[in-house]
Amino acid sequence: MGMTHAEKLLASAAHKPSVTAGEFVVADIDLALLHDIFAAQVFDLLQEVGVPNVFDPEKTVVVVDHLVPAPSAAAAAVHQKIRSHVARLGINAFYDAGEGICHQLLPEQGHVRPGMLIVGTDSHTTTHGALGAGGTGIGTSDMVYALATGRLWFRVPETIRFEMTGDLLPGVSWKDVILHLAGRFGSDAAQYRAMEFGGSAVKNANMSSRLTVANMAVEMGAKFGLFAADEVTDAYLRDHGGVGSEPYGPDPDAEYEAVHEISLSDLPPQVALPNEVDRVSSIEDVAGLTINQAFIGSCTNGRIEDLQAAAAVLAGKHIAPGVRLLVVPASRQILQEALETGVIATLVDAGASVLTPGCGPCFGGHGGLLGPGERCIGTHNRNFIGRMGSADAEIYLGSPATVAASALRGRLADPRDLEVNNDE
Amino acid sequence: MTSDVLAGKVWRFDHDISTDLLSPGAYAVDSVEVRKQHVLESVNPSFVSDVQPGDVLVVGRNFGCGSSRETAAENLVALGVACIVAESLARIFMRNAVALGLPVVVCPGVHESFDDGERIEIDLASGRIVNVDTGAELQGDSLPPEMREILASGGILAVLRAQAGR
Ligand code: SF4
Repeated sequence: MGMTHAEKLLASAAHKPSVTAGEFVVADIDLALLHDIFAAQVFDLLQEVGVPNVFDPEKTVVVVDHLVPAPSAAAAAVHQKIRSHVARLGINAFYDAGEGICHQLLPEQGHVRPGMLIVGTDSHTTTHGALGAGGTGIGTSDMVYALATGRLWFRVPETIRFEMTGDLLPGVSWKDVILHLAGRFGSDAAQYRAMEFGGSAVKNANMSSRLTVANMAVEMGAKFGLFAADEVTDAYLRDHGGVGSEPYGPDPDAEYEAVHEISLSDLPPQVALPNEVDRVSSIEDVAGLTINQAFIGSCTNGRIEDLQAAAAVLAGKHIAPGVRLLVVPASRQILQEALETGVIATLVDAGASVLTPGCGPCFGGHGGLLGPGERCIGTHNRNFIGRMGSADAEIYLGSPATVAASALRGRLADPRDLEVNNDE
Repeated sequence: MTSDVLAGKVWRFDHDISTDLLSPGAYAVDSVEVRKQHVLESVNPSFVSDVQPGDVLVVGRNFGCGSSRETAAENLVALGVACIVAESLARIFMRNAVALGLPVVVCPGVHESFDDGERIEIDLASGRIVNVDTGAELQGDSLPPEMREILASGGILAVLRAQAGR
């Protein structure tokens, strides 16, 4: 019997000819990712337990991305601690404040290969499934164990497959697709399970779009959000690190818990409503609600394609009075490209504030938080109560085009309406 | 874990309780003493002041959804919560609870079978759940041996210490 993508990569990590869903395995870790919220704590614990080294400094990546530039003396002290641990442990893959968000840097800097097993102290480690890698989030204690031993226990997950067909309408993006899936199937639809994304529509999806979808697989509870490695993956890998890849994915006769066929051809732009990612509406149903802040960034939608989509909406125009537009490129490389291609100039001319590459206000730590009663629409991935400051603020989630259109109007707006107006 | 059978007073919470509610991002780098003061404050402001060591959380679907922050589970341990019985648990939260030695049981139907303040009995080995006040009995999932071993050791770091000491 064939294996799913998840079964295949866990079998190889556990050095077994095959594994099946439900089985517990002890698997070798190919890459361990830590960021500044947890790295110091993990390294402290490692020392405390009496482990002098990490299992493999070449397989350990550390990124300072959440609290950048350091918003407090306490955060700066944590960063100091991380730098000294990184030096002590001989970790070369260290990205300090301003380089970007961990889930952007891993693929961009060539750390990810199809079939790898990647654990990170961050739930959005599922992002790396865009390149066919099994990326999944773990907590700090599990990370201490993983760094000490290079291994961790896993339950082989059941897999739900999404076969997607049809072309997206103009003004609609893969962010809208994943929001639609979350709304249709629910935030625990893939709890403990892997999601596989396939079908003819996926073949046309670029890597940026795949990263957006795999990133948000965890919002449906998924352990992995997987795309098979294909020509798009091969081309991306050649551009980021130099070595291309063979196809890698599930066997044709793999067994799935469920297979859902989804047609994308008439999907309108989608918006997640406060305070759950799976409370999703079409933009038409909520258009008109006034907003105070718009946020374009995060590991979901802070890539160059996202900034370009926003710039296309905002070019030659200005955001509405009373609205703050925050733009946070997901990495320094993206910021540079956006500078060189005039995208930043377009956004700043339109009234945007551009922040240091990193997480920005996405998780509510700093960098543009919300006051009581304020309403924000962002391109990020979570709209839980209090996620961006006040527990009495409202967070809507949408695509870069929808967020840009909303900033322009000062209220939730359908990017397709603006396109019509532009033609007039 | 001293015994396979736990008994305690119930605090009931609804579906989709996120890690932002269990460990708000604004206190991300604060000590556990600070963090535990803010657990679930936006859904039940009296929880932190009134929860007693040994109390049990009976919760709805998808408890602990959201980020990977282990502080979500650590804060509950610091408040003395003895066990979480849930309709379903978010994957990373479940891993973290086990890694910290905090028992978790998935038991469909449990959310409707308890009210705040009722007494619960939990048999971790069999997954059997009893509402001592109403007499209702439910069958939850028993934890796989791999997880029960970690719980029995007192968490995954205790396992590591034991391995390192060997
Ligand atoms: S951008 Fe947001 S979701 Fe992504 S890693 Fe940073 S805080 Fe987490």
